[in-house]
Amino acid sequence: MSENNIILSVKDLEVKFKVRDRVLTAIRNISLDFEQGKTVAIVGESGSGKSVFTKTFTGMLDINGEVTNGSIMFEGQDLAKIKKDKEWEKIRGAKIATVFQDPMTSLNPVRTIGYQISEVIIKHQKKSKSEAKKLAIELMEKVGIHDAANRYDEYPFQYSGGMRQRIVIAIALACHPKILICDEPTTALDVTIQAQIINLIKDLSKEYGFTTIYITHDLGVVANVADMVAVMYAGQIIEYGTVEEVFYDPRHPYTWGLLASLPQLGVKGSELYSIHGTPPSLFEKINGDAFALRSEYAMQIDFEEEPPLFYVTDTHFAKTWLLDERAPKVEPPKIIQNLHERLLATTDKGGRYHG
Amino acid sequence: MDNKDTILKVKDLEVTFDLGGKKKFTAVKNVNFDVYRGETFSLVGESGSGKTTIGRAIIRINPCTDGEIIFEDKKISGKLDKETEQMVKRNIQMVFQDPAASLNERATIEYIIGEGLDNFHLYKDEEDRNAKIDKVLDAVGLLPEHKSRYPHEFSGGQRQRVGIARAMVMGPKLLIADEPISALDVSIRAQVLNLIKKFQKERGLTVIFIAHDLSVVRFISDRIAVIHKGRIVELAETEELFRNSLHPYTKSLLSAVPVPDPKIEKNKKLITYNEDMHDYSVDKPAFHEIKPGHFIWANEKELAEYKKEII
Repeated sequence: MSENNIILSVKDLEVKFKVRDRVLTAIRNISLDFEQGKTVAIVGESGSGKSVFTKTFTGMLDINGEVTNGSIMFEGQDLAKIKKDKEWEKIRGAKIATVFQDPMTSLNPVRTIGYQISEVIIKHQKKSKSEAKKLAIELMEKVGIHDAANRYDEYPFQYSGGMRQRIVIAIALACHPKILICDEPTTALDVTIQAQIINLIKDLSKEYGFTTIYITHDLGVVANVADMVAVMYAGQIIEYGTVEEVFYDPRHPYTWGLLASLPQLGVKGSELYSIHGTPPSLFEKINGDAFALRSEYAMQIDFEEEPPLFYVTDTHFAKTWLLDERAPKVEPPKIIQNLHERLLATTDKGGRYHG
Repeated sequence: MDNKDTILKVKDLEVTFDLGGKKKFTAVKNVNFDVYRGETFSLVGESGSGKTTIGRAIIRINPCTDGEIIFEDKKISGKLDKETEQMVKRNIQMVFQDPAASLNERATIEYIIGEGLDNFHLYKDEEDRNAKIDKVLDAVGLLPEHKSRYPHEFSGGQRQRVGIARAMVMGPKLLIADEPISALDVSIRAQVLNLIKKFQKERGLTVIFIAHDLSVVRFISDRIAVIHKGRIVELAETEELFRNSLHPYTKSLLSAVPVPDPKIEKNKKLITYNEDMHDYSVDKPAFHEIKPGHFIWANEKELAEYKKEII
């Protein structure tokens, strides 16, 4: 990985929120480089900090939250230092755009679809009204809206959920962003529509060459879209690697737990594996490994000292003491040791599930 | 399953909604299925397919406009005497998708779980009532001290446990679980699925599971009905449905479900379904049993073609 390929570089990032009189540390020291043109999937439970993490790239943290340490380098500028909304406007939407989960709340219900797309083009690209309309219709066609010219003047309620999400994507792409953050973009959609939207984002990223950061908790979607996977737990990235490394050679017990609890791996008549307990409170200081209390593999040191990043390959690291050379050798749960063979047995050549 | 004992029978069910004026919307039509005692029967479809409407018609939230529903040899659709109505409420319980929206936020957990018991006087004395609540709390993995708390004090997974406890305390024979895990995190989903399975094993509970995700349903269901636009297009035992999916809609649904495996997922081909492929202008479709236990919505011509496909 050469240095020039890095489009966004996060170092020692820490984010805190003031909640009434208490302080919650949502992001605890994350460092991660995003490679130009790649798709990085961020997975984790709700509350693990995946949305907060990416919101720091566009200055969209809630009012009670702030970056308290670290840097976010993007095109020679440290985004963590930006204070004024005026400055954010040059980044947010223009260079780093976000597609959110619920297309209905991201669109204005009383404005036409066409108005909402061309508004962005006029504002950011300094085009005239008629030019903007032409570009907007082109974009609508690009995201798969048939008969775009006629649907330009329709309102969001006249569009289905999948169509609305296509419009949100069109708006996000209107300024040719360098990075597209997709925050659970298909969670509210049906599976058949989800498959279309996923393919659309993939095709567009190839065509426009933007970097995609994909937040999701669906490991099936991750397998489809990701080049790289970052697993988050309690405000940290506890494992990172190529999608093959994370699925076929996971090293962190939390990643093991996530994979093992997949219903697709379930055996009829026996219990599904589940991770017991709940994530730790981020209001308190966490000693040692945040996952230790829930882990079957926890050692004494896990309760005392935070594990460093252990590199398995150049592209793959995990934050667990199990990778220390002094640690006893443990095997991941049986059920995920031959994940590919198990899932292959349930699908046909076209990747469809069968008997 | 031998000795199939039918607990619920749905016959030619139709549910329509008035849209004001003369406009009507038919959410569910020509729906026929039996549910056997002790099994998990899944209704799978996309949003707007009518799967939830079917569940709500069984529990009498949505009135049926045509057809009938029979529970333990008793008709439970249409107008009922008070006694039958009470019997339905006691024996058929529902768990809803969004545990936050389905629990009264101003009531304590004790009140929420005990309300059904109070309405039906299902206890001898106060002590018995408490014992029943404690027992069900324990069964769903909550603690007695949770009784005095309010729903907002719980996580999503815990709230869904409360929803299940509220249903199970009534000792129902049939549980309708409407997308009970869709709003939950991956690690919590497994816990809730295990919990429902546990009740089934211990109490011989019959479960109708409503879901949109075929891959989740596969693990827990005995039989699956696939619904599209208010109609069951295919119904079969779980493994039969996965091995021998025949209806093009079922095939497209199976191809759309993402497989958590990068090698498979990155090479898969999507199958899209277009209703216009069916020519039902002359040769009219019906619900046929194409082989024992495997039903499909098709006309005679399609039926002949599907028969060739069966392995």
